[in-house]
Amino acid sequence: MYRYDQYDHRIVAERIAQFRDQVSRRLSGELKEEEFRVLRLQNGLYMQIHAYMLRIAIPYGLMNAAQMRMFAHIARKYDRDYGHFTTRQNIQFNWIRLQDAPEILNELATVEMHAIQTSGSCIRTVTSDEFAGVAQDEIVDPRPYAEILRQWSALHPEFALLPRKFKFAITGAANDRAATAVHDIGLTVVKNAQGEIGFRVLVGGGLGRTPVIGTEISDFVPWQHIITYVESIVRVYNQYGRRDNLYKARIKILVKALGIDEFRREVEADWQFTKGGPSTITVEELNRVSAYFVAPAYQDLPASDANVDAKVRDNKAFANWMQRNVKPHKVQGYASVVLSLKRAGVAPGDVTAEQMDAIARLAERYSFGELRVTHMQNLVLADVKQSDLAELWLEAKALGFATPNIGLLSDIICCPGGDFCSLANARSIPLAKAVAECFDDIDFLHDIGEIELNISGCVNACAHHHIGHIGILGVDKEGHEWYQVSIGGSQGNASSIGKIIGHSFTFGQIPEVVARLLQVYVNERYDDERFIDTVRRVGFKPFKTYVYATSIEDDKAWSGTEYELLGKGVPYDTPYYSPRF
Amino acid sequence: MMIIKNKAIVEDDWNVLRLAGNDTPQSVVVLPGKVIVPLNVWLAQRDALQDRTDLGVWLASSDRPEALQQDIARFGVIAVDFPKFADGRGYTIAYLLRERLGYKGELRAIGDVLRDQMFYMQRVGFDAFAPRTDKDINQALKGLSDFSVTYQASNDEKLPLFRRVSRGVANG
Repeated sequence: MYRYDQYDHRIVAERIAQFRDQVSRRLSGELKEEEFRVLRLQNGLYMQIHAYMLRIAIPYGLMNAAQMRMFAHIARKYDRDYGHFTTRQNIQFNWIRLQDAPEILNELATVEMHAIQTSGSCIRTVTSDEFAGVAQDEIVDPRPYAEILRQWSALHPEFALLPRKFKFAITGAANDRAATAVHDIGLTVVKNAQGEIGFRVLVGGGLGRTPVIGTEISDFVPWQHIITYVESIVRVYNQYGRRDNLYKARIKILVKALGIDEFRREVEADWQFTKGGPSTITVEELNRVSAYFVAPAYQDLPASDANVDAKVRDNKAFANWMQRNVKPHKVQGYASVVLSLKRAGVAPGDVTAEQMDAIARLAERYSFGELRVTHMQNLVLADVKQSDLAELWLEAKALGFATPNIGLLSDIICCPGGDFCSLANARSIPLAKAVAECFDDIDFLHDIGEIELNISGCVNACAHHHIGHIGILGVDKEGHEWYQVSIGGSQGNASSIGKIIGHSFTFGQIPEVVARLLQVYVNERYDDERFIDTVRRVGFKPFKTYVYATSIEDDKAWSGTEYELLGKGVPYDTPYYSPRF
Repeated sequence: MMIIKNKAIVEDDWNVLRLAGNDTPQSVVVLPGKVIVPLNVWLAQRDALQDRTDLGVWLASSDRPEALQQDIARFGVIAVDFPKFADGRGYTIAYLLRERLGYKGELRAIGDVLRDQMFYMQRVGFDAFAPRTDKDINQALKGLSDFSVTYQASNDEKLPLFRRVSRGVANG
């Protein structure tokens, strides 16, 4: 993976010194909160309900064991012994004191990490495919380009104060696992007819209040020109993006307002001045960065392992895990293993300090010391020998990371919600927990098959509910939490935005609503048809009709503590689900 | 009034004309002396003002720099207004004035100008700053030296870091 040179180190160190000074000026009162807010956000620091939250960048989801151990150290020393992996491949710590933030950043810098631009109206951390470099369907490894874009966007002087946040996702595989269609800019590395490498560029995708699938602005930008090209996109956005209304400030609104043809014309007019200029990527620079992503020292191994095959036949639990959590690898004799951070009783994406240390050990023992974070909030050991799978399974099982549910109903994507986030209308994590507990039978989950359930606590859509096969959105009606349900959303190559099935539900009704949606699916499906494919084939009506056919009991047992929104009092001092309590 | 110019604190005798409630770009009176007028005043009163040598012009964040295409060479001072420090349009305006319109004179940031944004402002082409008057200008000056190295090309560095220096290489 990429390692810092003296320049990367110096930039991060100077950024920390700058922020340390800003924090001390805030603590002395010299900086007012409205001046400081923008500065702290661009250093990853949010103010939440209980404390400051620090969001640390894991660029394109790639990290090593030493970095994971640093997270464990931060969790122990500065937080409450755990951290939360997010849908944008970052990690968040929820209980940070402002005065500790500069020192945490200093400690992170020792393992080549930072929190630059993980929040704020600027270019955010570039996200990518968690199987980059190892996937069988990969055309080009996107990681060198992701790193080049990380450096280009870091502290870019012209784009630090955009109308709104700006997110890049990049993939180099035939199957899009990076949700490129719902990012401000979605890049797919492709080869043209001549075999040259370039990018298909989508622009103006996004979720939030107005979900939009990105539009193709170019089918091929040669790789050398990608910096100047995206710089022109962002420059046009910086000038013309709306700044009068927070909800209309994303680039998707500008692209819709101008139309893709006019938007493209503006971008190309700007690009003519910089195309081929100094920011054109050189072969030397691409080679330099690519050298950090060369394949590890793979062994020459047989295509399959007899012991694994035998164990799959003999042990149903192992077979389930192999089926769901183990993914094919481009190198013979290897596999990629997804460590599930979704098991009943635990907030999706939460990991304790002790578990972090254990995961770091697994990475060192089984996967060349490296780890990936997925935008589905799980972790990946990308380079595991097939002959190690049985042993790894036992270890992962003992640690609680072998739930065989990757891609299944209980692999829920979930934002922090009302337990932490001051924007939330509703409690996503307790709801995810309730649904996971209701549908905990692994045979049932395997029978239902691939389905994506996404729960967002507000319209900002951190859990991407619009592209969940089932999407649940927390809404506030006169101070009470309600949940809106949509179906038919999808990420990947056939991305689509889900459609709301009807009026909202209470917390206690949601498990029954999900059960009814699944019942319709089970009745209607063809043999191996996935939930989303059934929805696409039979349409939305049978689901709607059945869900609303009879009244749904509000099961108070699921809804827990009566909840009041922020401003009317915080319901409890600390969230009750936290591993600490 | 004191401003920062070429990284030093200097006395400045330019007056920035801002339209009051009843003023229109056509009707406002541009007093004699060194005045920086809004772009719309310059465009509305160009004929009357064009012989004045003691005139600067300032752009609002919603103005287009290309509006100065014909006249840019006659101004020794152009200012860009930041109505709120978080309004980032002024950075692109400055970049375009320097890089596309070839402006070589003084480029001054006015309005909600704060120390913590000045390093970025300097990079896109500002060489003069009128920090908000409730802030200590000596402290503001420090903002210009927050970083000693940068990744991207902009107005200050014509080359990105990867063309500027020989960078580290992966070992093993």
